[in-house]
Amino acid sequence: MKRERIYGIMAEFDSAQTLIDAAKLTHQAGYQKIDAYSPFPIEGLAEEIGFHYNEVPLVVLIGGIIGGLTGYLMQYWMSAVDYPLNIGGKPYNSWPAFIVITFEMTILFAGISAVFGMLALNGLPMPYHPVFNVPRFALASKDRFFLIVFSSDPKYDPAKTRGFLEGLSPRSISEVPS
Amino acid sequence: MTVDAERAPVIEPGYTFGTVTEKISAIVLTRPASNGWFLGFGIAFMLTMMMLYAIGFLFLKGIGIWGVTIPIGWGFAIVNFVWWIGIGHAGTLISAILLLLRQSWRNSINRFAEAMTLFAVSCAGIFPAIHVGRPWLAYWLFPIPNTMRVWPQFRSPLMWDVFAVSTYATISALFWFIGLVPDMATLRDRATHPAARLIYGALSMGWRGSARHWHRYETAYLLLAGLATPLVLSVHTVVSFDFAVGIVPGWHTTIFPPYFVAGAIYSGFAMVLMLAIPIRKIYSLEDFITERHLQNSAKVMLATGLIVAYGYGIEAFMGWYSGDRYDAFTLWNRLHGPYAIPYWSLLICNIFIPQVLWIRKLRTSPVALFLVSGVILVGMWLERFIIVVVSLHRDFLTSSWGMYYPTRWDWMTYIGTIGMFLAAIFLFVRLLPMISIFEMRTLLPESEVKE
Repeated sequence: MKRERIYGIMAEFDSAQTLIDAAKLTHQAGYQKIDAYSPFPIEGLAEEIGFHYNEVPLVVLIGGIIGGLTGYLMQYWMSAVDYPLNIGGKPYNSWPAFIVITFEMTILFAGISAVFGMLALNGLPMPYHPVFNVPRFALASKDRFFLIVFSSDPKYDPAKTRGFLEGLSPRSISEVPS
Repeated sequence: MTVDAERAPVIEPGYTFGTVTEKISAIVLTRPASNGWFLGFGIAFMLTMMMLYAIGFLFLKGIGIWGVTIPIGWGFAIVNFVWWIGIGHAGTLISAILLLLRQSWRNSINRFAEAMTLFAVSCAGIFPAIHVGRPWLAYWLFPIPNTMRVWPQFRSPLMWDVFAVSTYATISALFWFIGLVPDMATLRDRATHPAARLIYGALSMGWRGSARHWHRYETAYLLLAGLATPLVLSVHTVVSFDFAVGIVPGWHTTIFPPYFVAGAIYSGFAMVLMLAIPIRKIYSLEDFITERHLQNSAKVMLATGLIVAYGYGIEAFMGWYSGDRYDAFTLWNRLHGPYAIPYWSLLICNIFIPQVLWIRKLRTSPVALFLVSGVILVGMWLERFIIVVVSLHRDFLTSSWGMYYPTRWDWMTYIGTIGMFLAAIFLFVRLLPMISIFEMRTLLPESEVKE
């Protein structure tokens, strides 16, 4: 497949409100492959660009279950199977005493899953990304808001998409080279 | 409501996304390090070296250089361990519990409170490792396969502690790091020096603020807060089990877990204030860390201080009500025994002096708060000294009574960890944004959107 020379068209906005309105209009106009960039999380923005479901909670749940099982089974195997030791006449599988470490391991695995699961789902670390080719994009981490329509979108057309984005009265428009 | 109108704002008016960003990132990127910074860091660094010297000598000679003997086998090492771990708790409370409770004022102080947690836990972690007597075998605490084919004894609270503290350190570090990622992107885009761009760029991991990324990020952050909340409560609970599961009079009580957790938050907020008050002054951050933050922290100290006072009260009450002669003697011995002065000082520092925080004028005065916080930190250290040393020095049999006298090596190690903690704080304020920039942006009115 031939690689697209243009990654997408990017529009710059002044405020969170104009970005969220623009994202809504763009999505309603039938563009599917779009993304929005902001210097802080904006409530409801992900929904406006058609992103409703994220898998982070599932990853954390699985991580927590694995952690809890690991914690308990480790203690059970070490204390009751591999090297049973009689400690004050307590049963080898003294489950009440194993609860604390089981709990800590649940939290540990779930927390690690939350962080690394989120990073993996986001595709981070990613040292290079085409959006950074736009010099004004450096302001996306300060006080500007950006909306991009990817060239892979079925409705993408260089002139028409640009015209559509201009209709949203952005501050500036740039083509993103890939 | 007149009360609300009088309340200081969380962030002073007049700031925009741009000015908040510039103000916080400029401290790291453009502000030159002052002579005062070099002096402070130099002293802290020398104290760290003193600690390393004391630990080096300990490794050479063994724990005989400390004041610990039988019956007081747990001396300064455990006192300091509990003190430092407790201080760390406020950072997690601010970053996780207040996030879940939607207390947005936390946004201005969570970053350095989390840093404080991390450094305090690092200081705490030193003590159990050097206290084991043969520190080169400290890894036996972990379930690592070894040639003897034995495993740790999981029925012991000391093992629970190993897991609780190492989980706590890991989760605190992850929480702190993940909160830094968007701000690293800000610094990457603001920095002019190529090395700074490279380092902050690598730490930002290519963060670009995509709506999809923010969505997953916020979910992960919230879940992490939800996980850290029971974790932080469990950590000091497990630390208290180290004592409460033992049968020594003065240790064997069920009030220990809640009162340890309250005491931890009490001392932690005192440390937060002792750091925040000079930092906001030196770096002119009064607009971001306002009177409101100081007042709220003072109120948390007042509340947790009263829980701690209740804990002391119950201990004293049970000493009388249980009818147990050893418990009764423990109480009498605290009040009139050889360590009566530390016990009375503890009551003055932790219960009586902090009551001045009921006075609004003192609660909003940075100088008064700084001094009261210092008193509380001393008081909380004395509390652990009373629990560890005073309980051990008089147990069931008169023949096993003794006294504990800390040596210069004990003091050098303890003061050295304070130096290490401060050195880390000094580096932190110069190298990383000490206030979370992206969370500050969400406090501005312009960040609100209607759909």
